[in-house]
This record gives sequence, C-alpha cells and structure tokens, in this order.
Amino acid sequence: MSVAKPLPHDAAPLHVTGQARYIDDIPVPANTLHLAFGLSERAHAKVTVLDLGPVRAAPGVVAVIGPDDLSPMPDCSPSIHDEPLLAMGEVHYAGHPMFIVVAESHLAARRAARLAMVTYEDLPALITIEQALAANSHFEGGPVTWQIGDAAAAIAGAPRVLKGSIEIGGQEHFYLEGQAALVLPQEGGDMVVHSSTQHPTEIQHKVSEALGLPMNAVRVEVRRMGGGFGGKESQGNHLAVACAVAARATGRPCKMRYDRDDDMMITGKRHAFRIDYHVGHDDRGRILGVEFLQLAQCGWSADLSLPVCDRAMLHADNAYLIENMRIESHRLRTNTQSATAYRGFGGPQGMLGIERVLDHVAFAVGREPLEVRRANFYGEAGGQPPDPRDISAQKKQQVTPYRMPVEDFILHGLTARLEESSAYLARKAEVARWNAANDVLKKGIALTPVKFGISFTLTWLNQAGALVHVYQDGSVHLNHGGTEMGQGLFQKVAQVAASGFGIGVERVKITATDTGKVPNTSATAASSGSDLNGMAVKAACDTLRGRLAEFLAERHQVSPAEVLFEGGRVAVGGAEYGFDEVIAMAYQARISLSATGFYATPKITWDRVKGQGRPFFYFAYGAAVSEVVIDRLTGENRILRCDILHDAGASLNPAIDMGQIEGGYVQGAGWLTTEELVWDDRGRLRTHAPSTYKIPACSDRPRVFNVALWEGANREETVYRSKAVGEPPFMLGISALMALSDAVAACGDGTVYPDLQAPATPERILAAVKRVRGD
Amino acid sequence: MSHDLTLTINGTRQQIALDDPRVTLLDLLRERLHLTGTKKGCDRGQCGACTVLIDGRRQNACLALALSHDGAEITTIEGLAEGDTLHPVQAAFVAEDGMQCGYCTPGQVMSAVGLIAEGRAGTDPERIREGMSGNLCRCAAYSGITRAVLAAAEEMTTTKGERKTA
Repeated sequence: MSVAKPLPHDAAPLHVTGQARYIDDIPVPANTLHLAFGLSERAHAKVTVLDLGPVRAAPGVVAVIGPDDLSPMPDCSPSIHDEPLLAMGEVHYAGHPMFIVVAESHLAARRAARLAMVTYEDLPALITIEQALAANSHFEGGPVTWQIGDAAAAIAGAPRVLKGSIEIGGQEHFYLEGQAALVLPQEGGDMVVHSSTQHPTEIQHKVSEALGLPMNAVRVEVRRMGGGFGGKESQGNHLAVACAVAARATGRPCKMRYDRDDDMMITGKRHAFRIDYHVGHDDRGRILGVEFLQLAQCGWSADLSLPVCDRAMLHADNAYLIENMRIESHRLRTNTQSATAYRGFGGPQGMLGIERVLDHVAFAVGREPLEVRRANFYGEAGGQPPDPRDISAQKKQQVTPYRMPVEDFILHGLTARLEESSAYLARKAEVARWNAANDVLKKGIALTPVKFGISFTLTWLNQAGALVHVYQDGSVHLNHGGTEMGQGLFQKVAQVAASGFGIGVERVKITATDTGKVPNTSATAASSGSDLNGMAVKAACDTLRGRLAEFLAERHQVSPAEVLFEGGRVAVGGAEYGFDEVIAMAYQARISLSATGFYATPKITWDRVKGQGRPFFYFAYGAAVSEVVIDRLTGENRILRCDILHDAGASLNPAIDMGQIEGGYVQGAGWLTTEELVWDDRGRLRTHAPSTYKIPACSDRPRVFNVALWEGANREETVYRSKAVGEPPFMLGISALMALSDAVAACGDGTVYPDLQAPATPERILAAVKRVRGD
Repeated sequence: MSHDLTLTINGTRQQIALDDPRVTLLDLLRERLHLTGTKKGCDRGQCGACTVLIDGRRQNACLALALSHDGAEITTIEGLAEGDTLHPVQAAFVAEDGMQCGYCTPGQVMSAVGLIAEGRAGTDPERIREGMSGNLCRCAAYSGITRAVLAAAEEMTTTKGERKTA
C-alpha cells in the first residue's frame, strides 16, 4: 500500500531541474502588463494631496489607478470588510497601498510608483502594544475574556504567588517566493487567476466581488507556492484584486509580484504579543490558578486577528490541567502592517505564555522544570477511547479551560521516552558541571511539550471536496481543494488515492488546485490539509472502487466484498486482472469512472462567545529537548543539540512528516532567537529585507539533531489514523528559548529569574545576564 | 544605445544585445532568455535562490551585472542534467528529499555543485552546513540538504573521471 511509505515530494525531479513553475515562471502573453503599488511613507496620516501626474507621465506607464478611480472601492479583507484595496484619503501604516501603477514592465511600474507627489497631514500613530492599550484602540470593542473556575480566588488562597510578563516578537513569513498573481481576461468579462495563495476560493470570492461578477465567472488555479506558512492565506488578495481591476480596465493580462522589500513592507506578519501572568502555586510547583492578560498587536485592519487571538487563548493551557484560569485577550489596533495567519495561528504565543509560567514557577520553587511540568500535566489517556455507555465514564472528566475533554493525552509516555532517548538528566548534570567550570560560555538545557488542537475554530471551514477521474488507460487524475506549499500534501493525498485503488503512486497524476474542479474550498491552513482533503479523496476513491467491485462481482457472481485491489491487480472469484484491464472493461460496460468525494470533520462544536465547546477534533503532541550555549559577555548563542519525539499518528508519509518536524522546529526557534522585527518610532519597518531580518541558515541548525516519530495511531478516525503535522512542531522551538533562559540563569546565583524576552537576540540575552548578575 | 555581449549559457554561445547596461544576469536569464529555473528570492544577494555558476564559480545572479561578464561561461539549473540523466547533485537532492516548497532548490543545487567543485567541504557535515549557509531555505529542509550534498560529494569522488561533474 502506498500509504505510510517514505516517498519524496512528488515534484522533486521538477524542482532539481528548474522545471517546477511558480507564478513568476508561467509564460505570459506578449501584451501582459505589470503592476506595482505606490506605498504610504507615513504610519497614520491624512492624504491632503495625491498628485499622480508624474506617475502617469513616467516611461512605460499604461495606466494609473488611484482611490478616485474605483467606485465602489474593492475590499480585500478576509473577514470584516475593513480593508479597501487602496487607502481612501487616510493611510493607516507605512507601506499602505495608495495607488496602482500599470506598466509595460515590472521595473517601469516600480520606478513610476516612486514618483507620486504626496502631501500628508500626520495623525497620531499607535505603533506599540503599550500605545494601543493606552489609547484603548481595540477591535471587537474591547477585550474578550474566557474563564474556568475562579482564578482570582485560587491565586488569593495559594501558598505562593508570582507575577511576570513576557514580550513575544512577531515574525515575517519570508516565504522564498514572494506574493504573486497573474490575471488573464477571458471572453465575456470572465477572469482566470493564477495566484500564489493558500486559499483559492477566497481569491475567487474577492475578485468576483471586486468586479461585480458571480463567482462562476472567475476561475482560480494554484499549482504550488514557494512557501506559505500562513502568509498566503489572505495576503494574496490585494495582488489578485488589483490585477483583476487593471485587467478589466485595460483588457490585457495583468501580473503583479511584490519585490522582497515591498512584500515585507506591505504584508502582515505573525502577531507580536505581550503576555502578563499572575499565578498561584504550591511549594512543589503545582499551579492552582492563573490569570493571563494577552495583548496582541493586530495592525491596522482585522484580517484574521480575531480567530488568531482566539487560538492563542485556546492554547493558554498547553499540556497542563489548570482548573482555575482566566484569560483576558486584547486585540489591539495599531498603525502597522495588519498581522495575519502564521504557522500555529496564535497558538504559539498562547503556548509560550504558559511555558513561561512553568519555567518561572520551577525557578521559584527550585525544582527540576520537567518535574514541575509533569506535576501539572493532564492525566494520560487509557488504551481505549471512553465508552459512552460505561457508567464510570460519567465520573468527572478532565477538561481544558474551554471545557473540551482531553481524552487522548500521551505526554507522560512521550516525555518519558524522550527523557530517556535524549539522556536529559545526565546531560543536565553535564551542563551543570560545564557551567561550574566555565565562566564565560554558559550552557542551558530544557524540555518542553506541545499539545496542539487540530481543526479550524470556525467550524464550517472543516470541510473538503475532491474530484477523481480514472481514464480509459487506467491512469488516475486527482484533484482536491488543498494547495501545495511544500508541506507534501499532494504526495500524501496521491498516496491515499493510490492505496484506494491498490496501485502505485506513479499512476496518479496530481493536478493544480482549481476552483473550477473542486468548489468552495477552505484555506489550506490550520494543519488540516491532509486530514480534510485526504478523507475527501478517500471518499471519492471508495465510490469508484465500489462501482468497479460491483461490476466485477456481478460478472463473476461473487459478492463485491470479495473483489480485491492490490499491487496493481484486481482479484475476483479466482480470476485476476490488471487494474488497467478492469478500467477498460468498465469503460466499455458504461460504468462512470469519475467521482467526487466530500468530507466534513465530525464531533466538533464551538461557541466562541462563551469560549466553550469542542473546537478541536483531536490534539497532536510532541516534545523537544534543546541544549544551547551562550557567551555571557556578548550574548552570542548557539543551539548545540536538539532531540525531538513527535506524534504524527500513523504517519501517511514518515519522510515528509520528519521534514515538517525538523523544519517546524527550526522556524520556531528562529522566531524566538534571531528573527527580530523592528519598527522605528515613526512606524516604519526597518527590517524589511534579509540583510536586516535574519532567518535561520543551514549553519544555524543544531549540530546534533535527533528527530523521531512517536509510534501510535490517532484515536479518532482520521485518514488512515494519521495526525496533522504542519503547525504543531513549530512550537517545539519553545524549548530553545527555555534552554537559553536556563543558560542565562546559570550566569547568576539562582536568586533572580532571567525574565528573558523573545526573540532572545544577543542584546536581550545580555540584558538578562546583567539582570541575574545584578550588574 | 545597444550593449552587446557574448555569453556561453549551458554550453550554447549566445550574442546578446542589451538596451540597458544595468540589466542583472538574473533578469537577463529569467526575463529575456526565459530560463526561469533560476529564482528571484530577494534580489539583493542575501537568499541565494538565484545561484548560478559563472566560469565554474557560484555567484548570486541578482548581484551580477550581465555586461560585466562578457565572454563568461554560465551554468544554470537547466544546464546541469545530461539529457534525462540527472547530475549526481540533482539525483541526491531527490533521493534525500532535500526540499519542501522547492523554491530555493535550484539555488541550493547550484551552490552544492559549486561547493563540491571548490573541494573544501569534503565529507564534513559541519563544513558543508557552513558552505551552504548562503542559500536560505525557509522550510528549513537543512537536514535533507546536508545529506544530499554529502551523498553527492561522496558519489562524485568515487566516480571521478567517469563523468563530468559540472
């Protein structure tokens, strides 16, 4: 069976020969026009004069579209219609698109975009979380609060209490392929859109809305993205809509791709957070109550901030059973890029909040942090799912702060195994010996767990469709609503299809995501790609195989259940055919060889106003041990070793899953160490290129990197009992920050908590070292 | 005013007339010669997605002015395989699955070919990681990339003389 085989990415031979096409590589008609946005230079201002005359007069410019040229102004928001394509009289961040240049070449468009004569009248700009909080600048009219138990009373009655705060920086996606769209006008005003997007249906929706067309007049195609990470869930809307508007105005194909600097100036990033905590605990570090204040920098428009901040609240417990918790979440409107989806979707920030609490509490009670974590873990799940008819199942269930039962917890077993395989305690002792003997280079080590909820919290998004054709020669054409951004979704889903027919994966052609083939798709996001689309494809294949089995069973006078598809052969009643022979026979017998499949995730219900229900189908788990070294005189640091044990359920493709885990850890560790976004006091992003914004390079990967998959099937009925793996491993990177905190602590006498902020750049590490040393 | 130059690209000598002396080698390859395998990641020499070989040495094509390489021999990702036979580095990247989204892959492969030709990395993974650190991979498929370079270096050492390496 193809499923569970460690096959490489399906497009690997195309990638290594340069044949794999991204939007910017698609051959375009000779009359194609190229677009660029003119950008605001101010963070918040009235635009009193916008003179586009010099732009229009620039060489190669065919058209300039300003705010007065569009009525109504198209909207690009994925949520609450608060994001006009172009700023209308007022700019809300430095980088805000103000007008569109349409030119004969990319370069001509970009050059002309700099020529506008703009007069601004500055307005007060809110750049930081503190400024926005002070100005009471909220989305949703104010904070959202969810709670369980009575946190205030629990803290008041606790033997020990502590307070603290952690600043958590945002993160630039830095997908290697920048945002891009190509729109080709068709007969009758229809549009075909090629977009580098995780959400083809959203592009279709926004383009049709902008043009006043029904959705059936717009077809969106996505073969692949050069990385997405959430940054292409909503941020591609502007390019596709701008191209569509320009294509209608000029009648010519229009293409837009952001230059890297423009991409970083214009598009949203991971939300920066500040999380304040007030904790009541006992002498052993058992947490009795927590109050969290989650402050999120959402940027100028709502975008996806509301569900992002919800997910941060939904991960404020991570792996810990805390019966008294209050989470107050402020979604703050600032004059910065509109923060958006990024791998983990708020989950990492929420999880870091509670991991910071555990680190702080362990320090305060002077116990081994892993023991304190374990003392607070949810209880381990038994071997079987609880039987609803069993009376003992009526005893009090362990629930999350949002009252979802935790029935699949495996972190006791998983961390025990990792503790052993990584020799955690022996290495901890070794680190202590090293630190006793070395004055300048100090080491640290930490083990942190991950429990991540799988499903979209907007329940209706948890659906997917698929379309499967079998042609007369027995070759299979596969299509589904998911998009490929390097996560290996296409290969995994092709393996599911091949397994459905008992054929080799090489007979399955994976085709570009296309809103004309599978409609009403959800974004490929929330780690849900293979869970949803794999099941939809399986359903389509089951339908087709059922038809073939029935046809053969009738011919051979056996029951359809006795028809077996395996190894490219079909066995029935003592006879055996090749799969292609069966297809040829079925075609001649006029059996339909095309089917759709559909899947909707079961069991989930969620009331986001109350903050109660079962938002997730299941949880994915993992844990990592990071060991680091710092130079206490410079703050320089390295990750020396990382050991990971991660739960991908019964893996559909262990090679691809291992890649997701390693890549997720590195990206997560990058978020918390080297990747720093800096806005100046006028709100201009100063880190808008890889020269100043540092993502991990090959040499930054831990020297020793041991990654293993936890062997265990998903308790829920997912596709072949696998688990989602896109986002959860990202949060394994939290162990790197906690190891750095441990190393900093070793610089002092153990009385002052390092209070290390994120990202832990050399400057912040140095500040923390000074703190613990009392310098 | 026209600016003429001659380049041998993937073995084929070409006379090229540029209307602008500021055209980068990357834009020349992608936009005028339609060799789109070489990618534009940052266009400022920081990400390595545009790595090509100029006279056998790896360089960022986005920082190379085409005109200043008159007479040079350029190898791009399209010129590496011999017909249907993949170059050992290409084959190793497939075998080790040294990629996720693939956008950096052409640059990684060209950089690896250059690194192996430089002969300084040998079979030391740490030196390979250092030598490949000019090619960013946001998916962080660095384990697979390192394994692929190691495997290819080994393969090319043992079969040296039997086939052209780059």
